[in-house]
Amino acid sequence: MISNSQDLTINKKKYKADVSPDMPLLWFLRDIVGLTGTKFGCGMAQCGACTIHLDGEAVRSCVTPVSRAIGKKIVTIEGLSENGDHPLQQAWAEVNVPQCGYCQSGQIMSAAVLLQEKPNPTDSDIDDALSGNICRCGTYLRVRQAIHTAANIQKSSVSNAS
Amino acid sequence: MHHKRILQTNFYYPKKGVSVILSIAALLSMVVVFSFRSESSSIIGKKPPFTQKDSIASKKAFLKVYAVLMSPRCMNCHPAGDIPLQGENSHLHLQGVKRGPDGKGIYALKCANCHQSHNLPGLHMPPGNPKWSLPPANMPMVFQGRSAHQLAGQLLDKKRNGRKSIKALIDHITKDTLVLAGWYPAQGLAKPPLSHREFVRAFNEWISKGAVSP
Repeated sequence: MISNSQDLTINKKKYKADVSPDMPLLWFLRDIVGLTGTKFGCGMAQCGACTIHLDGEAVRSCVTPVSRAIGKKIVTIEGLSENGDHPLQQAWAEVNVPQCGYCQSGQIMSAAVLLQEKPNPTDSDIDDALSGNICRCGTYLRVRQAIHTAANIQKSSVSNAS
Repeated sequence: MHHKRILQTNFYYPKKGVSVILSIAALLSMVVVFSFRSESSSIIGKKPPFTQKDSIASKKAFLKVYAVLMSPRCMNCHPAGDIPLQGENSHLHLQGVKRGPDGKGIYALKCANCHQSHNLPGLHMPPGNPKWSLPPANMPMVFQGRSAHQLAGQLLDKKRNGRKSIKALIDHITKDTLVLAGWYPAQGLAKPPLSHREFVRAFNEWISKGAVSP
């Protein structure tokens, strides 16, 4: 057990981590905090369904121990935006990307890191960033299209704000 | 009879003169021995016996080093392209992972997103190390596809070996935790063909006997 229980900051809220330090962060998010938007896929960092942000990086929460996240900023799909209106979420709805939907939160979390680092990505950039997120329904072309759409939404919202 | 005469002849030299000559010879040989010891010749903290340059022994030692460097535990992170390798057959890393400028991956596929600071238990789980990465793009230090001759030359060339002196190179292969990680592979993965101690010994032997390329 983590002695004296340490704080985890998830979507800007503090949680006590009274769990084994080796517990996968995904377990903590889903089973203890109840944030079930992040999915369990393979359990060995191979599919990307469990992708969350840890200090801004798209980590695979199924293999990340809780101990690694202490003192860091965790963001899940539920915390990506206040009202579900992140440019990617808007674009996902506009392009109607999901089919079964299981992998989509991981796809969006990976895409968010891409847009953060490369606001106007090419198809090649998208493939480089998202090729680790597996979709058994084969929504890849719509994922790519939605990321371009999100990049445009992000660009216009930045120019409107300035 | 002839030998006896020679021996007898030796006795004609004054004893004091012989001992002076022997003392000077001993002193000179010690000076020669210690002058050949170099900083880079230590093997995991132990001083090796005096070695002379020997191109055949040096080449043989490098071939042992080469067998380790070309094993999947070393070569998989020194690929010819920008995609790391995986497994015992050194296939391209799944998930389309790429090197990136600093060798730590790009965008949502950075090494540390999956690789933790330690190996995770279980087959096919990501191996780990705090420094898990490829060499950077501007110094890729490729092992894959290199002949023993090419790799030996590369290791000795500061422009291609990460700007390392011989001493730094020996420190790297002796102490760097990412190098040592090769001998603590994740479950289901084989160790390199020599022990780490044997590898370091062979590396030092290669250098001390002339750093000759096979």
